[in-house]
Amino acid sequence: MHKKDDIENKTGAPTPLRSRRKFIGAAVATGGVGILSRELAVLSACGSADTAAQIVLPTTTKEVTPFKIHVPQAALDDLKKKLANARWPDKEPVTDWSQGVPLAKAEALVEYWRTHYDWRRVESTLNGLPQFRTQIDGLGIHFIHVRSNHENALPVILTHGWPGSILEFLQVIGPLVDPMAHGGKADDAFHVVIPSLPGFGFSDKPTEPGWRLPRIASAWALLMMRLGYSHYVAQGGDWGAGVTSWMAKQRLSGLAAIHLNLPILFPPPPPPPGGYTAAEQQALDHLGKYASDASGYASIQGTRPQTLGYGLADSPVGQAMWIYEKLQGWSDNKGGEAISTDRMLDDITLYWLTDTAASSARLYYESFAKDFARMPLDLPVAVSIFKGDFFAPPKIWGDQTYSKLFYWNEVPKGGHFAALEQPELFVAELRKSFPQMR
Amino acid sequence: MKNDLEHRAEVAVPLNSRRKFIRAAVTTGGAAILSAELAVLTARGNADTAAQIVLPAATKDVTPFKVSVPQGAIDDLKRRLASTRWPERETVGDWSQGVPLQKAQALVAYWRDKYDWRRFEARINAFPQYRTQIDGVGIHFIHVRSPQQNALPIILTHGWPGSVVEFLEVIGPLSDPTRYGGRAEDAFHVVVPSLPGFAFSDKPAETGWDVNRIARAWATLIPRLGYERWVAQGGDWGAGVTHALAHQRPPGLIAAHVNWQFVFPEKLPEKPTPAEQKAIDRAALFANDQSGYFREQGTRPQTIGYPLADSAAGQALWIYEKFQSWTDNHGNPEDALSVDAMLDDISLYWFTDTAASSARIYWENTRSGKAGLSGGRIELPMAASVFPHEIFCPPKAWAEALWPNLFYWNEVDKGGHFAAFEQPKLFIEELRKAFRSRRG
Repeated sequence: MHKKDDIENKTGAPTPLRSRRKFIGAAVATGGVGILSRELAVLSACGSADTAAQIVLPTTTKEVTPFKIHVPQAALDDLKKKLANARWPDKEPVTDWSQGVPLAKAEALVEYWRTHYDWRRVESTLNGLPQFRTQIDGLGIHFIHVRSNHENALPVILTHGWPGSILEFLQVIGPLVDPMAHGGKADDAFHVVIPSLPGFGFSDKPTEPGWRLPRIASAWALLMMRLGYSHYVAQGGDWGAGVTSWMAKQRLSGLAAIHLNLPILFPPPPPPPGGYTAAEQQALDHLGKYASDASGYASIQGTRPQTLGYGLADSPVGQAMWIYEKLQGWSDNKGGEAISTDRMLDDITLYWLTDTAASSARLYYESFAKDFARMPLDLPVAVSIFKGDFFAPPKIWGDQTYSKLFYWNEVPKGGHFAALEQPELFVAELRKSFPQMR
Repeated sequence: MKNDLEHRAEVAVPLNSRRKFIRAAVTTGGAAILSAELAVLTARGNADTAAQIVLPAATKDVTPFKVSVPQGAIDDLKRRLASTRWPERETVGDWSQGVPLQKAQALVAYWRDKYDWRRFEARINAFPQYRTQIDGVGIHFIHVRSPQQNALPIILTHGWPGSVVEFLEVIGPLSDPTRYGGRAEDAFHVVVPSLPGFAFSDKPAETGWDVNRIARAWATLIPRLGYERWVAQGGDWGAGVTHALAHQRPPGLIAAHVNWQFVFPEKLPEKPTPAEQKAIDRAALFANDQSGYFREQGTRPQTIGYPLADSAAGQALWIYEKFQSWTDNHGNPEDALSVDAMLDDISLYWFTDTAASSARIYWENTRSGKAGLSGGRIELPMAASVFPHEIFCPPKAWAEALWPNLFYWNEVDKGGHFAAFEQPKLFIEELRKAFRSRRG
């Protein structure tokens, strides 16, 4: 329907950024398509052997351009070849996860990845959803955008963190957009926007420093405006909570309220005259344990993301374990599996195929020490604490920090990856939080 | 004879079953310390394992050892380097996010196209090397006896990401000074071990190998070599081990020298002098901006081990960054160390697959509380040389406060963290001057 030449021409004049975006066979619409247009043309992978596993993301304009994913087979073959060639370290001298992913667990995951895992399944799921790219502040931003059939639905922008992705939200899109089909009421409907953070997934990788949380927050506001939403809410956990909190702090036009499943309530408020309560003390202990034993990844990503990136860009085993450790450490997996192996590998494979280890780590370099800390907010704030997360702050810290804290609930099940681990509870929390914002 | 060797390799302990791809030379039977009778262990024949080797099992005998990496491992390395997948370019114009992509690609291209491991292998094999089992772990070491009968025995301990490679240049002048323009009375018998989990030493299969335990192993090694009166020297973790030895004061240890001094006071001075302030500032910079590798290795050495074991580029750049950050250079590590010298060290980590096992020294010492800035009070006679580009340079007053028997302190004018590697002549001079008063 569109000439292949046109498309190749588009990708033939890459910006410096593009020249590094390799091996994503992307689908790209050509010409002035509307938000909901489904006119797509598939970009074929480059032909030569050297670049068969490489792809280039389509360039973006300020238009909202439909986007589909087609990873070239060569990239998947290359992944399997690398997995088959893996060289392993020796076994850890401990019998738990205290030195990281145990070798036996690592080998089992990689064996499954190599012999059973099917990327085309998740690719097809993603391509069943309306996806787009649009240029904001110089950067192509990838996002899922599903409009509800209910005209009065409340627009919500859901932001993932690290090592998460848009994939965390796949199971909640249906129930949020079409509540009637999922045990809800028409009044519970949302229009859902799920962007990939800059440097993550199919968003562009920034080529210059400065993509800190406040800048991402502003970009999200532009995105919502571009999609025609003038009254909306925002939601996030992990870095997504950081972005969402900054959106609230900036009082962005149209943003009515936010919901956080990991409120940025650290460092904690100063102790009251009588000292911290037991609940506060427990949260402090969590923070202390995180700082002393569980934040090495943040420390290296926050200071030398490029150096770390070399090993993770070149070794799929390395990339997988770097993420797997966190999926294990931060999910509510006492007594069983919190996230299925396929779902974990969907997320891991997305990082691998997009070669975004360094670019995603760079968010720590940009913002971890500067922007990711407790900030008073005067916009309405709702909070759901999933008790299996590695940090569960007490409500009193929320009261002391958010002047309009209108919802606080502690959910007994689920951890850091709330929407991924407990999609039904996550949906219920959003439905309960936002009725008065409609 | 060959059968015996293969048998030995087949009954490898669980540890050894992961020690793959070093085709090592091993003597058979109770070899004497200076025996040069060697038999080469051939690599296994099939394609799967051509790049794998097994270290010979160590006993309490001191068994000569030579390095011979099978061609399969070298070919495998080049294949991996040729198919490296890269991240995008950093978003800054300096090293603040780590090794710049252009520098990384240049290093990897040189490693693949120009670097000659066999040159290095011949060089290290020119030194008498041994393995012996101490506290359950096979320890690899270079041991060069001086032709001077009255030479002073010294054990030199490397750190991370260093290795015995750091000391190759200084062994000759230290052990045989008259051949290198020095005086016979400055001679040392030189022992240079590989830390447990590093290079050709075994990888510990159990926890507990912090600097204290390593120091006890060294105190077993030295008498096993027949020495009764000796000194110790080290930098980086080697300084940690040397501080630990100084605390333990094993029989025969008469003094120690460190080129990194862990003498921070427990309570920092309220009104620091300029020198104190500089040390505090440098330590703070290290804690805030330069210790990501330390925290990761100190908490999740296994996880960081996966990419570094599998990606040769990843392993190289993990180390190369430190050669840039910690040497005395004008912006590029090549100002301080030759590319070949850096790649000798990097290749040694790569071929021995010791990224995880070497990272584990951070985990062990973090857990046992031996990773701090202060080594506490030491009664043993201590000597120190301060190289100006060290991570932090404590003032002499701090050392005097903790080391009542400080007998030598000198601040030299060039060199950094890898003192012997960067400034071998200065390093030799420092050891000669430091220990002159401890002889006889």
